[in-house]
Amino acid sequence: MEITKQEVEKVAKLARLALSEAETTAFSQQLNQIVAYVQKLKTFSTEDVEPTSTVLGQTNVFRPDAVETSLSLEQALANAPDAEASCFRVPKIIQES
Amino acid sequence: MALTVIHKMTLAELQRKFTAGDVTATEIVRAYFLRVGHVEPKVNAYLTQCKEAAAAQAERLDQSLKGWRKTTPLMAMPLAVKDNICTEGVRTTCASRMLEHFVPPYDATVVAKLRAQQYLLVGKTNLDEFAMGSSTENSAFGPSRNPWSIQTVPGGSSGGSAAAVAADECVAALGSDTGGSIRQPAAFCGVVGLKPTYGRVSRYGLVAFASSLDQIGPITKDVTDAAILLGAIAGHDPRDSTSANVPVPDYLRALKRKDLKRLKVGVPAEYFADGLDPEVEQAVRAAIEGLRELGADIRDIKLPTTDAAVATYYVIATAEASSNLARYDGVKYGRRTDDSKDLLDMYLRTRAEGFGPEVKRRIMLGTYVLSAGYYDAYYGKAQAVRTLIRREFEAAFETVDLIVTPVTPTTAFKFGEKAQDPLQMYLSDIYTISANLAGLPAISLPCGFSKAGMPIGLQLIGRPFEEDTLLRGAHAYEQATTWRSKKPLVR
Repeated sequence: MEITKQEVEKVAKLARLALSEAETTAFSQQLNQIVAYVQKLKTFSTEDVEPTSTVLGQTNVFRPDAVETSLSLEQALANAPDAEASCFRVPKIIQES
Repeated sequence: MALTVIHKMTLAELQRKFTAGDVTATEIVRAYFLRVGHVEPKVNAYLTQCKEAAAAQAERLDQSLKGWRKTTPLMAMPLAVKDNICTEGVRTTCASRMLEHFVPPYDATVVAKLRAQQYLLVGKTNLDEFAMGSSTENSAFGPSRNPWSIQTVPGGSSGGSAAAVAADECVAALGSDTGGSIRQPAAFCGVVGLKPTYGRVSRYGLVAFASSLDQIGPITKDVTDAAILLGAIAGHDPRDSTSANVPVPDYLRALKRKDLKRLKVGVPAEYFADGLDPEVEQAVRAAIEGLRELGADIRDIKLPTTDAAVATYYVIATAEASSNLARYDGVKYGRRTDDSKDLLDMYLRTRAEGFGPEVKRRIMLGTYVLSAGYYDAYYGKAQAVRTLIRREFEAAFETVDLIVTPVTPTTAFKFGEKAQDPLQMYLSDIYTISANLAGLPAISLPCGFSKAGMPIGLQLIGRPFEEDTLLRGAHAYEQATTWRSKKPLVR
């Protein structure tokens, strides 16, 4: 099961990572090596074995729906790369047709 | 008190001196920053130092204590915090360009607990970017160096915290452990590192890497200090839905028994197989004999699924990381690229510029194993194998109270030795990752030195929420040996 450069490019797009040509080549080779190693999981029989997503065995954790103090608008926006009024500013999304 | 003796004390010793009024908070700050100024050019443990804030805080403490000395256990204790744990008003970078200028508007719960006791923050320690790595070579701001030999790595990802403790640049530190990131650097630097049971310590304010595996824990000069610091940070937190509502015992009480009578300790053959350095094996086997002499009942056990642990870990941890790190999109906080055509381009470039190679590699692997067509084969399969690993430990803990193993296959390696081969780097986590996958508490403590003079670590693994048994075993061994009396020369 070969991970091609095309596949690396597809995954990079899903992960929202712009990769250079050199990175694409390197990741293709390294991911193949790691994924080949991971194939050893197939040698362990897991028929009828429940998956573990958390070791705590919890399902839902509830708390009372009470209003508590939280960050102020100013604090919440303090680290924003670009903010205006009470909003995070982003590049234009809707294009004129 | 002479400043040059202060930094050599353990947390317990410094506590006693401060409570008795033999040393002031201001003297503690002066002593530690003198030490930091002296060795930091070689060790590079800190990404941010908090000298002025610590000095001001110390002065306030000394003023308020004039004439009486009612103190909290950690008052005026100079601690370091790994730079992936949020500190209000103090830059928290995760050793990443992505968060280079990020100043958290709140404290992590563990930091809030220390702050309530009026501790002194010496600084924020270096790590592999977003805690992904085993050497601090993945830090965007340059690696830390091992105080025992500055040509070798301090381990990782909590390498800065372990190096700072080993070099007496703080009295104790906090690290985080997702696959060994507290225990491996503790072993490499000859100090004590404890990964608590999953859920024992709140993760609120710990920058998430792999949420089902991450735990915060202490890195200290000895086992007593680990018991003190764990007691200070443990406990249920309503702000972390995965923190467990289990009572926290008095960990110092667990240290009162000096023998290991009636304690059953298991030795898994799988942890002594190919790839284990003979010097490390010899030291660990001698330590096991030491446990036997203290009265422990040593038994052979089997953990055959150990062979699957690295593969399981690197599927689950990267899958969770790819999801957790999706939040770094250049919108709400952190870095944003200067130059983008549109929103998608902004995401692509921000992330390309902000993340280093190892973080990108793990995001790529995690995205791949979660993508359509591969989810069941990789992620689903790894989750099922994780169940097998857990069950195996559950079965083992029906017959033994503790499991003893090496922490690492080798002593600390040299810079560059594994940096070009990600898989080799991952394989060096073989002995530590199972405790994360099974959610178990585990401790690393010194058990000898190689011929080259590098520290060797011993790992004890315990039942969930039985950190007290873990500390008892570690303490009895520590007190029967003299490894902790040897200190690095830092040169």
